[in-house]
Amino acid sequence: MAKNKLTLSFIPYADIAKLNSITRIKKILNIVLQNRIVILQGRLDATEEASLIQSTMALVGRVKNFRGVELAVIQPNQKENLMDRVRLGIARSLVGNRDALTVIGPASLVKEIKRNPEKIDLMLKR
Amino acid sequence: MVIRIVRNFFKRIFNNIFRSKEQLSIGFYGPPNAGKTSLANRICKDWTGEEIGKVSNIPHETRNVQFKEKVEIDYKGKKLTFKLIDTPGIATKIDYEDFMKFGLKKKNAQQRAKEATQGVIESIQWLDDMDLVVVVLDSTQNPYSQVNITIIGNLVARKIPVLVIGNKVDLRKADLRKVEAAFPEYDVVGISAKYGKNMEEFYESLFRLAKGV
Repeated sequence: MAKNKLTLSFIPYADIAKLNSITRIKKILNIVLQNRIVILQGRLDATEEASLIQSTMALVGRVKNFRGVELAVIQPNQKENLMDRVRLGIARSLVGNRDALTVIGPASLVKEIKRNPEKIDLMLKR
Repeated sequence: MVIRIVRNFFKRIFNNIFRSKEQLSIGFYGPPNAGKTSLANRICKDWTGEEIGKVSNIPHETRNVQFKEKVEIDYKGKKLTFKLIDTPGIATKIDYEDFMKFGLKKKNAQQRAKEATQGVIESIQWLDDMDLVVVVLDSTQNPYSQVNITIIGNLVARKIPVLVIGNKVDLRKADLRKVEAAFPEYDVVGISAKYGKNMEEFYESLFRLAKGV
């Protein structure tokens, strides 16, 4: 990849919906290792996020110049009322957690992802 | 390194088989440099007379899980005996060059980074062994980091009770309200582990949470 070139890879939820956790993580990390920033529709569940961190740590030091990842999830509609939450819960159980957006980038490229409740700022390295 | 992981793995299995429910396992989790070991030291020194580990300004000073058996807190007539488990800070990235900024030589920095990555893996592996977790956050930092959310999400998924600590409230930059706003569903206690500030509220919250385990 040419220097100073930024590549974003969008993964629609449908692409990971039927994958098991290991394959999902592998898919994401394979893209990150190509020095690309992954924009994932939806999010991994908490245990998958922990496994992603473990897999990332296992690669640091083993893959040249790989220092880890920057990761952030933004989930809209966090201030819904109880009924909305129930509706959302049912919808998520039927079609998956698609309303979130996950950003994962290699630490060599992404300096920091600042996450506030409703927005994320992606700071890139020069 | 591999030997240490294997040894710890067997130690965990052995401990789980013979673990008595009279003694809870209380884990200290959080990002690097939040003050987990400072808090663990404060508790251990107060109640056992000796510290559990070394603290440093350089991130990832704790690189392997360390524990103290049978810590007995006798507070306001109430007693709590538990195994205190201090874990390495969880991070999504570790760059040895960051350690060199603290004056470490390249070789030492690389070794530290290697051990730190193993420490993160080990911390996550230990999550299943906890009865209660104290999540220690640095209240001068943005609490909305994904690491914090992932740790708490994992505890919720495992149905492990959580106490959130906003540490370093002695610093001017500390913003405990931000920590409370980030985790409104949890009991958040602001402390200074370094100076022992507000430890009473910490012990009260710990007892309250341990009662339900």
